[in-house]
Amino acid sequence: MKQRTFVRTLVGAAVLVAFSGAAYSQQVVKIGLLATLEGPFAAGGADGMRGAELAIKQKNGMAGGRKIELIKASSDAKPDVAVNATRKLVEQDKVDIMVGPLSGGEGIAVKDYSKTQPNITFINGSSGAQATTLVSPSTNFFRFNTEGAQWMVGLGKAALDRGYKRVMVIAEDYAFPYSQVQGFMSEYCRLGGKVPVKAWVPLGGKDYSSVIARIPNDVDALVVVLGGADAVNFLNQYEAAGGNKPMVGGSITVSQDILNYKGKRRDSLVGTIAGSPIADAYDAPDFKAFVADYQKNFPVSSGAYPSPSLFALVYYINMKAALDGLDAVKGDLSGGQAKYREALAKMTLKTPVGDVKLDANRQAIGSTFITEVVKDAQGNLFNKVLRRVDGIDQMLGIPKDQFKMGSRDEPNCP
Amino acid sequence: MSAAEWRNAMNAGAGRLAMGKLLPQKQGQTTFSDPADRIGGKRGLSLFLHIGLRHVVVLAFLLAFPVYATPFLTFQIGAQSLALGLVALSLTFLAGYGGMVSLAQMTVAGIAGYSVAIFGAAGSSDAAISLGWPWWLAVAVAVVIATLCAAFIGWLSVRTEGIYTIMITLAVGVAFYYLCLQNYSVFNGFQGFQRVQAPTVLGINWREPLPFYYLALFWSLAGYFFIKYLLRAPFGIALQGIRDNPRRMNALGFHVTAHRIAAYAVAGVLAAIGGVLLVWYNGLITPNSAGTSWLINILIIAVLGGMRHPIGPFIGAVVFVLLQTFAIDLIDRERFNLVIGTVFLAIVLFSPDGLLGLWAALKSRFASGSKFPTPRGGSK
Repeated sequence: MKQRTFVRTLVGAAVLVAFSGAAYSQQVVKIGLLATLEGPFAAGGADGMRGAELAIKQKNGMAGGRKIELIKASSDAKPDVAVNATRKLVEQDKVDIMVGPLSGGEGIAVKDYSKTQPNITFINGSSGAQATTLVSPSTNFFRFNTEGAQWMVGLGKAALDRGYKRVMVIAEDYAFPYSQVQGFMSEYCRLGGKVPVKAWVPLGGKDYSSVIARIPNDVDALVVVLGGADAVNFLNQYEAAGGNKPMVGGSITVSQDILNYKGKRRDSLVGTIAGSPIADAYDAPDFKAFVADYQKNFPVSSGAYPSPSLFALVYYINMKAALDGLDAVKGDLSGGQAKYREALAKMTLKTPVGDVKLDANRQAIGSTFITEVVKDAQGNLFNKVLRRVDGIDQMLGIPKDQFKMGSRDEPNCP
Repeated sequence: MSAAEWRNAMNAGAGRLAMGKLLPQKQGQTTFSDPADRIGGKRGLSLFLHIGLRHVVVLAFLLAFPVYATPFLTFQIGAQSLALGLVALSLTFLAGYGGMVSLAQMTVAGIAGYSVAIFGAAGSSDAAISLGWPWWLAVAVAVVIATLCAAFIGWLSVRTEGIYTIMITLAVGVAFYYLCLQNYSVFNGFQGFQRVQAPTVLGINWREPLPFYYLALFWSLAGYFFIKYLLRAPFGIALQGIRDNPRRMNALGFHVTAHRIAAYAVAGVLAAIGGVLLVWYNGLITPNSAGTSWLINILIIAVLGGMRHPIGPFIGAVVFVLLQTFAIDLIDRERFNLVIGTVFLAIVLFSPDGLLGLWAALKSRFASGSKFPTPRGGSK
């Protein structure tokens, strides 16, 4: 009697395993995608989504032999909204893998949330705050893009080469611009540049007249680290105030969405140097193929940009990492996704802008570009590549024990 | 007897007379005693003392909700609605019963939230700001500070009426937002405070969905019954009197200004508790947590639910949170704000009293209904 039950159980179990095995390969993998479709980065968020969709399209909606189902959510660049949207994707829609969010503060909040969901793998969207992976990193949060400070490495030297010996910094007052300014200043100050004034302005601010009034006469250039609508507002008001100083841009100041804006000040952007993980005119074949694919899938008539923005590229890279990881483990997400995470951690990701590897905190070590805004024959503005800097890690070449995270006062060289 | 009661009695009497001609007396009486009971002011007291079937059903549902619902629904829909409802309840109390529409209720909640983060333990990027007091002390201090601030906001605004009250409280709210945004030594600017988490007490981690839901439920019920009690107490009756005719109340010997400030303070306690729950719910607080959009969202929640009964703000909060969470599933991702706006507009357009008004209208239609339409059905 007892033995018969045992045999039955065994047979039952075998059948179950066989069925679940068959079902397993047909199961869809749900991937949650979070970007800002509201608020100051709405345009960037929409393009980020295009980038992520492109990565899935290139694989015909399959990865590791399993079908990909994409579930989207939106936030408005506020951390609490981002966590609510992420929680909905993870706990209600039951996604297996989460890709997002877009901005720095959101990234830190989502990383904190990821600790409460150890069985889900979180992959960054385009958020670029240093603290996300430097302060209490989460074992299931991966970032395949370099962050804000890494993007600006090499720019300090380029600015000095142009003869900008004193600059004023105008940047939004939150984590991501702190990182960007640090990436610029750590090199710039080391090589002898001076930054007498830093103006930190609120995100989504409308009025920059008080900042413009504070610009000293004796600075050679302005380092403008503003994004989206903020950058456009600043450029308009600076033009109206009669400003004529050359500019050094943050990575999202001269992104494609800014270059496409229709104001008069647009032309004065020509000659602006910037550090950025993307350069429209980069002529490596991989990147050209990526741009062509973006243009084919998202024609300008559908609301897309003539050339993919930073957000599209970075979301594409992170989504590609998620899918390549699935390929590497053949769609096996069992065991709390342990194998999948191991594959991600060890992977050398091929991206349109060069290879990326992860460090011990699951943060990308990669390349950045020093670019210059130029005008093409049709009158469109684009970023010309001056130089590519490779193998940048999060310490920016500073010894680990001396490294401090960027903040309002760090680094400092008045 | 108030004017409304007088009108009620007259209508009921007229209806009964008309009814007597058409139908047997007995049937007529049962039809009319029902709505009159629920709406009439005097008999409301006995209704409150007597716990009806619907109270039991709702309470049982609320208590059993987490058993059936997923942790997500429990936490994000349930607990968030309760916490937001509590803040909106403070506005319903002020606006519905005191006649003072204050937009600063989320500011009071924000002050409480910030106090918890500053006095208690929080992991900001430069954690030097948080004092790390024990949670109970931090929460107690937070509620006291927020209540004092609420009384101060009241003191600033009670001498004004209508739109001017809205303007003053809005100004206070926006001022607090910018203070948080631009002050780094205390409020830590744009980044605010992260990892402001509910404590572990009695071996229970109150950050978990289930305990947190019951915590929010407890305080929401406490707030709800406290307001229900207060509205029947002399304080609440006098407040409603002041709403209806401040000059007459003044002539009767009530200190109208002091009474109104006290109402602000009472509402402040509720908003403060709601604020503590919200900061624990989000696990973080930034200036946007008390920004203009949230000041207005609280008003939307209160109006959506209806200001005629303390249950209104909770109903409004549930609808608000459901829409915020699920609208994106209903329609194209770029257009989901349209759904949210349309629903709000529809509710306010078709029922000036919010969902409660809609409910009352439906009920009176089914109660008196097609058999004998009377003017009473529409006016409620």
